[in-house]
Amino acid sequence: MIKGILDLIRNTFTQLITLKMVLHHTFSPPDTVQYPEQMPYLPPRYRARIILTRDPDGEERCVSCNLCAVACPVDCIVLQKTESEDGRWYPEFFRINFSRCVMCGMCEEACPTYAIQLTPDFEMCEYDRSNMVYEKEHLLIDGCGKYPGYSFWNVSGKTISGKDKGEAENEAEPVDVRSLMP
Amino acid sequence: MEDLLIYVVIFGTLIGAMTYAAILVWFERRMLAWWQDRLGPNRVGPFGIGLALADILKLLAKEDWVPPFADKKVFVIAPCFVMIAMLMGFAVVPYGPETYIADLNIGLLFFMGMTSLAVYAVLLGGLSSNNKFSLIGGLRSAAQMVSYEVFMGLSLMGVVMLSGSFSLVDIVESQQDGWFVISQFFGFVVFVVAGIAESHRLPFDLPEAEQELVGGFHTEYSGMKFGIFMVGEYLGVILISAMIATIFFGGWIGPGFLPPIFWLAAKTFCFVMFFILLRAAMPRPRYDQLMSLGWKVMLPITLVNLVVTGGVVLWMNT
Ligand code: SF4
Ligand code: SF4
Repeated sequence: MIKGILDLIRNTFTQLITLKMVLHHTFSPPDTVQYPEQMPYLPPRYRARIILTRDPDGEERCVSCNLCAVACPVDCIVLQKTESEDGRWYPEFFRINFSRCVMCGMCEEACPTYAIQLTPDFEMCEYDRSNMVYEKEHLLIDGCGKYPGYSFWNVSGKTISGKDKGEAENEAEPVDVRSLMP
Repeated sequence: MEDLLIYVVIFGTLIGAMTYAAILVWFERRMLAWWQDRLGPNRVGPFGIGLALADILKLLAKEDWVPPFADKKVFVIAPCFVMIAMLMGFAVVPYGPETYIADLNIGLLFFMGMTSLAVYAVLLGGLSSNNKFSLIGGLRSAAQMVSYEVFMGLSLMGVVMLSGSFSLVDIVESQQDGWFVISQFFGFVVFVVAGIAESHRLPFDLPEAEQELVGGFHTEYSGMKFGIFMVGEYLGVILISAMIATIFFGGWIGPGFLPPIFWLAAKTFCFVMFFILLRAAMPRPRYDQLMSLGWKVMLPITLVNLVVTGGVVLWMNT
């Protein structure tokens, strides 16, 4: 009986404290960002619209390795590999279906060449679903994106015209397997 | 002339209460948002007040659908109950010394009868929808009703003893030299709790309980029928607030420089705000918790209050 009454008083009191705390919020400013008029701060690494970047020489970075397409959890990347005369691989077409993309950034993480990158631009509304399918010309930009100065072909060991084995940056001379010398 | 005045009051009440209820739909969202550090609906018109109108237009434009499995007649008639009952309740509220629709000598009983009738809307709506969620909503409403109706009535008896009348006009008059909230504090607390339960507002909105029961008793309702339930609920809030103000806070009594109706409106508004604050702050109890609160706490408090008040009144008279 006594315990019940004490409990009741305590419970009533805690409820009153709740009321008081909520009432206190009368004086705190709202946290809402009024979006179209007022842009929220988006950090540079915010994940939204995807771009394909170029290396410092202005060539496409993408080497059509398909890693992004494999990594994508919703399978929204499609591309076809082709090869230029100097031995570089590049995508014949590169298509991202943004109506499926969940902006997870897996493709960016998988990409060995920093070609595919996510940008903070999220305003991609369309009335027509088919307009959400972006082709390579929509995705490609004229810069390096978040990783300036990086060029895959300059650091990789693959031979292309104008660059033989061992000529890439930081690459050791190829080992002559027929030689007995150490 | 007398006739004209009464018509003015009646239409004023009808239009005023309905407009107030419609605006409250918007106002509540704004206030909830305020207390939750949001902005709430602020786009339609100044401060978003156009939302009240937009809401009504939207509801009118919706298909008025009666589910084929429902008990059609009851289903259609249920929303009307809540509206009619709540509006009838306003008939006994005195707006000023001479301004009222009816000075019934059983005004208080009439008010309680009308609000109890409003519960039938919930019951019938829940039952006739032929839907499990609605049925559970209706059931809860019934369980809730048996637990709070008792002490709701009893909590007001202290006031009746002190003022010596069931007529709300007399009750207000007898508060000229002191509000009843002071002498009848426990009666006031109990009545507020019962009033929240009566108008199915959070934290006692068990029949509706969106989070558990989809929409509770009005799960199957759409279009304007749903709208009527909604407006009925807000009418209930206003009516209960007006009653709290009238019975415990001196109704229209206030400093003379403003018309009496203003004081009533201001006091009512405070309690409407309190209802909204409750919604912003409180979690919903289980309905067995509500019932045990009703029978084990509220009823004893009321009875003790009643006995003490009776004793004091006797002692004063001898
Ligand atoms: S962000 Fe995620 S979902 Fe979108 S394309 Fe890249 S891997 Fe696929
Ligand atoms: S974008 Fe990157 S991961 Fe995708 S195919 Fe091109 S190089 Fe490979």
